[in-house]
Amino acid sequence: MNYELVVGLETHVELNTKTKIFCSCTTQFGGDPNTHCCPVCIGLPGTLPKLNRAVVDYAIRAGLATNCEISHISKMDRKNYCYPDLPKAYQISQYDMPLCKNGYIELSNGRKVRLNRIHIEEDAGKLIHKKGDTYVDYNRGGVPLIEIVTEPDIRSIDEAKEYVEKLQLIMRYIGVSDCRMEEGSMRCDVNISVRPKGSREFGTRTEIKNMNSITFMAKAMEYESERQIDLIESGGKVTQETLRYDSVTNTTSSMRGKEDANDYRYFRDPDLVTISVTDEEVRALQETIPELPDEKLERYTEELGIPETDALLLIKYRKVAEYFEKAIEGTQNPKTTANFIIGQIFRTIENESAKEEFSINVSAENLNELVRMLESKKIKMNLAKSTLDKMLETGKKASELISESDMGGLDKETTKKLCIEAVEKNPKAVADYKNGKEKAIKSMVGYVMKNSRGKADAMQAENIIKSLIQ
Amino acid sequence: MIVTAKGYFSIITHYKTKGLMTVAEVKSVIKTLHTMLTAKEISCKELTQKYLDSIAKVNTELNAYVNITEEVALSGAENVDKKIADGEDLPLTAGIPMTLKDNISTDGIETTCCSKILKGYKPIYNATVWNILKNNGAVLLGKTNMDEFAMGSSCETSCFGGAKNPHNLGYVAGGSSGGVASAVGGNIAVYGLGSDTGGSIRQPASFCGIVGLKPTYGSVSRYGLIAYASGFDQIGPITTTVEDTAIVYDTISEYDIMDSTSQGNKGIKTLDTLHNDIKGMKIGIAKEYLEGIRDDVKEAILNACKVYENLGAEIVYFDLPALKYSLPVYYILACAEASSNLGRYDGIRYGYKTPSYKDVNDMICKTRSEGFGSEVKRRIMLGTYVLSAGYYDAYYKKAQNLRGTIVKEFKNAFEKVDVILAPTVPMTAFETGKAVSDPIETYLTDICTVPMNIAGLPAVSVPCGFDTKGMPIGMQLIGNNFDEAKILNVAWQYENATHDTVFRSAEMGVKL
Repeated sequence: MNYELVVGLETHVELNTKTKIFCSCTTQFGGDPNTHCCPVCIGLPGTLPKLNRAVVDYAIRAGLATNCEISHISKMDRKNYCYPDLPKAYQISQYDMPLCKNGYIELSNGRKVRLNRIHIEEDAGKLIHKKGDTYVDYNRGGVPLIEIVTEPDIRSIDEAKEYVEKLQLIMRYIGVSDCRMEEGSMRCDVNISVRPKGSREFGTRTEIKNMNSITFMAKAMEYESERQIDLIESGGKVTQETLRYDSVTNTTSSMRGKEDANDYRYFRDPDLVTISVTDEEVRALQETIPELPDEKLERYTEELGIPETDALLLIKYRKVAEYFEKAIEGTQNPKTTANFIIGQIFRTIENESAKEEFSINVSAENLNELVRMLESKKIKMNLAKSTLDKMLETGKKASELISESDMGGLDKETTKKLCIEAVEKNPKAVADYKNGKEKAIKSMVGYVMKNSRGKADAMQAENIIKSLIQ
Repeated sequence: MIVTAKGYFSIITHYKTKGLMTVAEVKSVIKTLHTMLTAKEISCKELTQKYLDSIAKVNTELNAYVNITEEVALSGAENVDKKIADGEDLPLTAGIPMTLKDNISTDGIETTCCSKILKGYKPIYNATVWNILKNNGAVLLGKTNMDEFAMGSSCETSCFGGAKNPHNLGYVAGGSSGGVASAVGGNIAVYGLGSDTGGSIRQPASFCGIVGLKPTYGSVSRYGLIAYASGFDQIGPITTTVEDTAIVYDTISEYDIMDSTSQGNKGIKTLDTLHNDIKGMKIGIAKEYLEGIRDDVKEAILNACKVYENLGAEIVYFDLPALKYSLPVYYILACAEASSNLGRYDGIRYGYKTPSYKDVNDMICKTRSEGFGSEVKRRIMLGTYVLSAGYYDAYYKKAQNLRGTIVKEFKNAFEKVDVILAPTVPMTAFETGKAVSDPIETYLTDICTVPMNIAGLPAVSVPCGFDTKGMPIGMQLIGNNFDEAKILNVAWQYENATHDTVFRSAEMGVKL
């Protein structure tokens, strides 16, 4: 029988407000244990929470960017449970009156993942296990979180991955969180069940807690859905329970069953007053929402004529998109700039988080100058490319690196001289080429380009070298 | 001079002859002492020392103080003396020896809520009220006894044993702010701050024959008050006279950014209108309040009505049918909040921790089992139960709805009357040991005080007579939200008209 997945995600996103949700301690990641704390966030007797309004604003912006309705009236509730990392023995959260409701995120296949709600709450501290002892660090306690809860609308692992990536991107675009799963600033709980394809009823679900990477989330979903299918196929029944995923063994195991489910005894926190949000406030926050990834993608492909695969790479990182838009100002063909970024510039950046940061030696203005020189035919592509390499290395402007004489290109005679030199100095490449290794010619062309400081026409050089060898 | 009712009227005569005081000022111990201090008739250090000496003598019997802060008091007094020497203008509360209930956080000074679970706990910050008073030059004599976590009506659930009634040591001081009432009634503190969640300021004030004000919810900051039930708790003064209550209330009722529910006194100073005429004022009596109370208490209330009629006020009888729901509503909601507020005492960060345990759950379990007394456990269990899945709607939600009904009935009442007069407690002080033996019976004695906590209204208890055994009877004047000025005005007029007959100080404590 064919099965399909039914998945709903609960995603916790740490907001990057300067201070915590109920006190004025810093939200900075790290720090020596218990140094980002005060009487309020360690829950000393008699202290009272004071809601940081920036948290409300950030959460509303998250809601607006995901098509949510914003509640004009909401409140804070206490979620009571006992754990050493929770110093008050209750988490201040929102229960039945969340700040944002009924939103959605649209996937590339056109399906909408509906968002049931987005609410604000405080994070807990962290337990540190060391040499058989357990310590607790409350630095993270009171850091503001939003919890984004979907309806069970996700039908495959790929959809789940795309949803999380998209959510991550949107949050980064609006600047409310860096959504670094490895640092815990974004975490997912996966509610998952399976059912025969075509069935309209939901199967019994399990919840996999605290996924801290998209890869592990996908693996856990794969394992868990297969486990559930095997169970059903062999005549068993899925039991509703909370699971943890072990990334080493790639298995899920039970944390607690339905019967030991926590009774959180939610009730309104009497220490905090009703949160009211006016239409004007919502309008003002709406104005701070920048162009979002989907809108950008559409504009890049349709208005700027950038191929979708390239456009996707540009919008994937908010800073890259911002850089790109600055760099194309007043240029003729955005594709040229896009190619420089995706090709040459990306090659110099090691990993995803560095792309996220996108702190490079070449300012958008400087790339813009280079592209303009190219488009006004002052320089050729080869020179432009080699100049960009130097710009990336030195941080200098194109106009500082290219002299007037460089701009004319190289005449055919000089190119031919350099080609002869290249053939003479590279007997091995010549032999390789003759033995059918087509690529060997590239090293000789490279020699010409290098010795002409990028001014030679590479195609011309290649043709000359070919004729010389044959 | 004796800084007690009798005695202080004698100093007043003394001062009046010297022309130092006006008649209006004589009803305040704080003002009397303020005048003496600023006139350099006594130094603040001498005054403080007298109180400390008196505490040393009397406290073993009264058990009012659980922590005497001699050094803090004397260094505070020295500061005030310096300011007096420098000719600085001092607020009325400067240099006045006072006390705080042991659930009000004091930086570096042990604050236990009279619970084993908080023994040894020294806060690292000050409650807002203590910051205000400290900045005004208040002299803290010590922290006073209370029912454990303010849960109780006799002060006897304290892990230090109960505070005694200064009028008769065989009787309780009341609770939960029994220590403050015992200290103030026993003249070993000029005034004190207590907290009132269901009557915990007014009831002991009534039992000890003094004045206690539960302010409007939100008018005095709760920051630093160790929570029992956050939606009901309110800090307020306990003093010997109405004017002293007005002085202290005006001082502490500041808006506080640290407390989201704080609103301050809305710019109203109760002292400004304290002595106003009350002719034509409508004083309401809810019939329900006169049912089921002891005859002598009822008689005292009816006598007070006569006093008011003589002062030109009009007595208006009305119905408050929702009053009968007050006790269950209060005990459900307050215990629900308490069950959450007291979850943090787990032995991990501060206070008591069990000496031996298997793992963290065992540690938390044992710490709480050994650290909390039985009244606290009873309320945590009750509160946990009413919030549990499957019971929430039947108890917590229903109680919330009824809270709304009670609020509405009071609101309607205040459209017809200016203030409401009611007994503070349906009886007088219990004999020691009686309250503990029957908790349910004891809960019932809160019937007259809890409605105001449910509705958030201000109420002041003032002495209005004595029973046949000589134990004080108290009555409350209840106002609409932020009507402290009105109820204190009405209370002051009564005190002014009757102090010779209804007010009698205990024969102990500070004498000058």
